[in-house]
Amino acid sequence: MSDAGADVAALYRTVRTIRRFEETVEELTAANEIPGTVHLYIGEEAVASGVCAALDDADFVTSTHRGHGHVIAKGAALGPMLAELMGRVNGLNKGRGGSMHVADLSLGVLGANGIVAGGIPFALGATWAAGQEGEHRVAAAFFGDGGLAQGLLHECMNWAALWKLPVIFVCEDNGYAVSLPASASAAGSPVGRARSYGMAAEEVDGMDAEAVYAAARAAASRARSGDGPTYLHMKTYRFRGHHLGEAVLKLAYRTTEEIESWRQRDPLTILAGRLGEAVVAGIDADVEAELKEALEFARGGALPDPATAADYTYASGMRPREGI
Amino acid sequence: MARTRYIEALARALRDEMLADDKVMVLGEDVRQSLRRITHGLAAEFGDDRVIDTPLAEQAATGFATGAAMRGWRPVLEFQVPSLLYVAFDQVVNQAAKLSIMTGGQAKVPVTYMFPGSGARIGLAGQHSDHPYAILAQAGVKTVVPATPSDAYALLRTAIRDEDPVAVFAPAALLGNREDLLDEVPEVPLGSGRIHREGTDVTLVAVGHLVPIALAAVNDLAAAGISAELFDPRTIYPFDWDLLRASVAKTGRLVVADDTGRTCGLAAEIVATIAEEMPLRSLPKRVTRADSAIPFAPTLELALTPGKEAITSAVKGVVEEAVAA
Repeated sequence: MSDAGADVAALYRTVRTIRRFEETVEELTAANEIPGTVHLYIGEEAVASGVCAALDDADFVTSTHRGHGHVIAKGAALGPMLAELMGRVNGLNKGRGGSMHVADLSLGVLGANGIVAGGIPFALGATWAAGQEGEHRVAAAFFGDGGLAQGLLHECMNWAALWKLPVIFVCEDNGYAVSLPASASAAGSPVGRARSYGMAAEEVDGMDAEAVYAAARAAASRARSGDGPTYLHMKTYRFRGHHLGEAVLKLAYRTTEEIESWRQRDPLTILAGRLGEAVVAGIDADVEAELKEALEFARGGALPDPATAADYTYASGMRPREGI
Repeated sequence: MARTRYIEALARALRDEMLADDKVMVLGEDVRQSLRRITHGLAAEFGDDRVIDTPLAEQAATGFATGAAMRGWRPVLEFQVPSLLYVAFDQVVNQAAKLSIMTGGQAKVPVTYMFPGSGARIGLAGQHSDHPYAILAQAGVKTVVPATPSDAYALLRTAIRDEDPVAVFAPAALLGNREDLLDEVPEVPLGSGRIHREGTDVTLVAVGHLVPIALAAVNDLAAAGISAELFDPRTIYPFDWDLLRASVAKTGRLVVADDTGRTCGLAAEIVATIAEEMPLRSLPKRVTRADSAIPFAPTLELALTPGKEAITSAVKGVVEEAVAA
């Protein structure tokens, strides 16, 4: 990371990696190689890619149910990520977390979270603690437009602003909280709300990773120099349903025309247009090779032994009381 | 050795842990002024950075503690009112307590939740009289309810040193109780119960503030020729089943006194476990709080919460039933 402009090729590589990872996940879920359901990040890749490019390795991220992109952009290895989604012991969480909780704490990912806004306060405590140790770590706390209706988000924005904590509140406004339009979820102006707490806030084109990077870079710089939190409102869109089960439910909350209009602004094509064809082709080939390797790694992992089902319940090693 | 009130024992334990480990910090509402007196003097001694007043945002404060804990700190979070647990419930049972397993052992969350003034204490009414420890046990959260100043001291230190979230409930009715505290209080591990009085006719389980009340009942019963053994679990989860089994194996009878709700409650769990595992000489009995909010007027509060008369009567009933049989 430099103070110069964004490294477009690097951003493209991250966006492309997330896209192809998610497409692979979609296939594996359809083929029942991934249990449960998944919330795909396809369409929103520019946000995680741009934000995490502005963070240092030791900075923190709190993620969401739609978290694969955040974890990949923070640097997680694809093989252990995919293995986690497939419930294998060689997964990042040893098959105990799955899609909604996939995390790599060594990369500052403080958990992906199945409760909307549930992970945001971790960003406050972790950055505060690091600050006490003399390390000025920044945290990017991701949430969706649905999160704007959660009280906990506002507890955290209020607190972070009071203490000038180095937190970037990243709202990924993909237009819908599951099926509820953002207009029916958040009153007034989200950016205006953030400003009323006294924090810097702006709306950002969440389909353009370069624009995201520029905004996140400025926010991280403010955070590191002690100027406190920033709220970034990313206008983005998910090209798939809320989760993969949605196709079966035949929900009709958005039109084909709307989806198509957003596809015209695909974050992948936007960045590809700024790079030469040869560069794009080279990166694409790298990503395919990496994914192939990741899939082999994941498929090669063992399924967890049922005798270990309650392992890790307690960090102390205590066993929970058995139920059978 | 020093004559020490329960609340002072907690304060001493917290201070001793803060002296022993500079990653121990305390946060909560009004902890710098110390409304609850456990943190009295700590702000002056340890500074602003380790004694923190939070905004009135219990969910955020609980998550803040989780985040600091994942960074290697040992936060002690004081809930000024025990029923504020309900406000922060997701952050305790669905976040902090699950992070270890959800991350496959990557995350450790060594947070202590302190609940001083738990339970009813005449006139606190509907929203300040709950004793919400049993619901944490059902969620598998490590939970202690010390009944004496010595146990309060020892178990708070154990809780702070533990690698997982631990909830420490300090019953309102006990905070002023005094005991001679040793200069070096012996450690008490989690999951270690205590027999306060040995007996042969019946095992009487009592939790928290019901322990001294049950002890008074046991004395009365002795005068009536009934020898009751008083068992105090001290830790609700993990529970010292082995010690309880040994006691009931000896007495063959069981009464459980627990000031939380009856349905799916701690007393229900204790009775069910023993009933599954060993024959009893008479039907067991529970003495619990009603499944109800506590009404304000003192006569009404007393009518819904367990006291000495109810405990004495239950023990007599259990012993006499066996005699009749």
